[in-house]
Amino acid sequence: MWLIRAWLSGQIRTDARLQEIFFSCATCGNCVEHCIFDKFRESILEAFIAAKAEMVDQGTVPPPVRDYLTRLMDHGNPYKIRQKKRGDWAAELGVQPYSADTAYLFYVGDVGSFDHRGMEIARSVAKLLQKIGVSFGILGPKEGPDGNDARALGEFALFEHLARGNIEAFEQAGVDKIVTLSPHGYNAFKNLYPQRGGHFTVRHYTHLLAEILTADKLPGKAARQSLRRATFHDPCYLGRHNKDFDTARSILDRLPGIEPVEMPRNRADSLCCGGGGGNFFTDLVCSGPDTSAAVRVEEAAETGAEILVTACPICTVILEDAVKVRRLEQRLQVRELSELVLEALGE
Amino acid sequence: MRDEAGIFPLTHDGYGGLMQIHDALVDIVGADRVSSDPAELFIYSRDSGAQPPGRADYVVLPKTAEEISKILHLANREMVPVTPVGAGLTLSGIVVPERGGIVLDMKRMDRILEVDELNRYVVIEAGVSQGALQAYLKKHHPRFQHSTPEAPPTATVTGNALIHGHGHISPRYGINSDMIAGMEVVLPTGEISRIGAGALQGKWFSRGPLPDLAGLFVGWYGTTGIVTKISLKLFPKPGFRQVIVFQTDDIDLLPEAVAEIMYLDMAEDFFLIMQEKPDWMNHAFLVVILSGHFEEELELKKTAYKRLLSDFKGGGPVSFVSNLHPALEKRFLDVPPLAALAADFRKGGGFQYTGAILPVDQLPAAWRKGIEIARRYGMVCSYVHQVLMGNSIMFGFNYSFNRADEGDIEKARLALEESNRATLDLGGMIWKGEKSAQQMALAKMEPNTSALIQRVKEFLDPNRIMNPGKWEV
Repeated sequence: MWLIRAWLSGQIRTDARLQEIFFSCATCGNCVEHCIFDKFRESILEAFIAAKAEMVDQGTVPPPVRDYLTRLMDHGNPYKIRQKKRGDWAAELGVQPYSADTAYLFYVGDVGSFDHRGMEIARSVAKLLQKIGVSFGILGPKEGPDGNDARALGEFALFEHLARGNIEAFEQAGVDKIVTLSPHGYNAFKNLYPQRGGHFTVRHYTHLLAEILTADKLPGKAARQSLRRATFHDPCYLGRHNKDFDTARSILDRLPGIEPVEMPRNRADSLCCGGGGGNFFTDLVCSGPDTSAAVRVEEAAETGAEILVTACPICTVILEDAVKVRRLEQRLQVRELSELVLEALGE
Repeated sequence: MRDEAGIFPLTHDGYGGLMQIHDALVDIVGADRVSSDPAELFIYSRDSGAQPPGRADYVVLPKTAEEISKILHLANREMVPVTPVGAGLTLSGIVVPERGGIVLDMKRMDRILEVDELNRYVVIEAGVSQGALQAYLKKHHPRFQHSTPEAPPTATVTGNALIHGHGHISPRYGINSDMIAGMEVVLPTGEISRIGAGALQGKWFSRGPLPDLAGLFVGWYGTTGIVTKISLKLFPKPGFRQVIVFQTDDIDLLPEAVAEIMYLDMAEDFFLIMQEKPDWMNHAFLVVILSGHFEEELELKKTAYKRLLSDFKGGGPVSFVSNLHPALEKRFLDVPPLAALAADFRKGGGFQYTGAILPVDQLPAAWRKGIEIARRYGMVCSYVHQVLMGNSIMFGFNYSFNRADEGDIEKARLALEESNRATLDLGGMIWKGEKSAQQMALAKMEPNTSALIQRVKEFLDPNRIMNPGKWEV
């Protein structure tokens, strides 16, 4: 805050380090959670985002941020892959395009559509939805980026453009209910789209799982002899931003052969993986030996857990990388929750 | 070629040597732990109080005493000022560099090195935060606690002890600097020295009986050396705690009431609070925090205090508060208590105070003076005073201000100056006072004592590189 004020009042100038400081904010929401001043609490994160927006307006952003935003604008995704390939992840799964007689639009987003590991997770969630009998379809090439991270980077105009595009596409397709792969998309549709006329019933996939996949639909807890200890990492856009700390845990609790344990920093106090606020794409704080994710996987390993579970493709990818950086592969495996559930269902 | 301290010599570089000093610092600690970037220098050139900013030229985050030793050799050779910083939360600019130079941010020295339950001490590096130590003890040594100050958890344990800080068990066990059982310190000229039993290669359980060298570094604001490790006493952590509150409107009775409460000698912590607004807070509240290993013990203490004050002066002038507001109870049961929230009563984000260490008998005069000063500067008076041991009180003349309003900040500075003067007039001392308060104290001090302070500084720091401007005539 001091820096923002100093910068706005001309006491310090824009330089590469100041850009890096501003844009390395992962919008984890921890400042909001722990600010003791009611007056500032609700606006503190928005102030950081507004500072980034000012830098965007001035055209003085770090090159990786510029590249990410440019790719979103020019290619409709940060991977520079053609839009018509957006639904390719679902090939061979028999996932249908969304139509008026399907209940849910399964919104997959950029990471689930184009990132190699993200596509695996998208397939895992799709299989799971099929298995538990959820009626859903995808928009494929008609799906656009949710814009959540573009907004977090202060690119408000691009966010408006992306949100308008999605809202139009959803309305044209007759979408009423959306289930998202990523907490980032969930946050955008739930909290940012309504002010722009996009009123949909929005669920994260864990919400549907928790409702439908009751304990009686899973193998019994006694079905396995040995227990595997698993610890849950709260994605910021499920946890702190949307106050959902219980749904994913309730699913984990039901899984046979799993003994849930908590890391010391959990729920509202969870340590962010560092991938929010566009950092997953810009890599300002995600790589290297001393990242937040590296600390996080050490915390997970210290619980004695052999599985670090999360419910977000971005968290999954970043934490997997951190496990390798910290050479914890022999002790700790990162799994997206859907993968563990599928495994429990015999897939 | 490196010099005898292992540091590269500098040559004139056309930038007044700044770039080469930066490079020499990088050579000592690595590029990741040195910055001369304007954004970082801006942060290290000020603190969050009302004092004007200073100027830093380099920020360095050392990890070892040996690195600090090399940096001090370099600084002596190049005559560059060095200012050590913990969390920089004193609010009074104590570690704001006045004359540029190197700021040594100690926060990377964050290891908890040893906890000895039987001999009841903990050895930590100087950058360990209050929150980190509290969490570590809670997890690994739940029967023990350290004295936690009423400060954000990012405050460093060592910094607090070195400024004569006080914590949530100080009324019972003394102020935090009294709890220092040993130190490792890098002298301004680079030598690494140990103080206390640790100097005899023994356990770091006690700082005496030896010449008390810790006194050369406590209360000097980094002008005499850089403490890199500290041993602190640990104390029992009773499982049961409770807040009981009494109130009175007779300010003249406070010294005796405080003395009686301390005489009973059962309180863990003890505050006096008052706020002019809202009306229900506009009384003198005596907040006593009790603790016990058993519920019965706690109940006994509570009964004893209620009886003591119901009998006080024949009964009546000090009454028990039976309907304590839950928020108030939580505020004082929390360790540390949520001080910052109370500090922002003007909703401007700025806060500073005179921490007047007063003899207890000066309470009524200080109480009235504080209200008078606050009103003169258009402020609402708000008090949180901690009774220390039986002989003194940390009387807070509190001033909050709007950080975005220069006029408001200036008013806070003037009010502060006035309360500093009042503190000295009342025979008190100013705790962690800003530069003008230090000068005010030195001016009032017996000349031989003031001269002794300067001689000690000159002896230890012949080139006057250490946090120059502090404790300076």
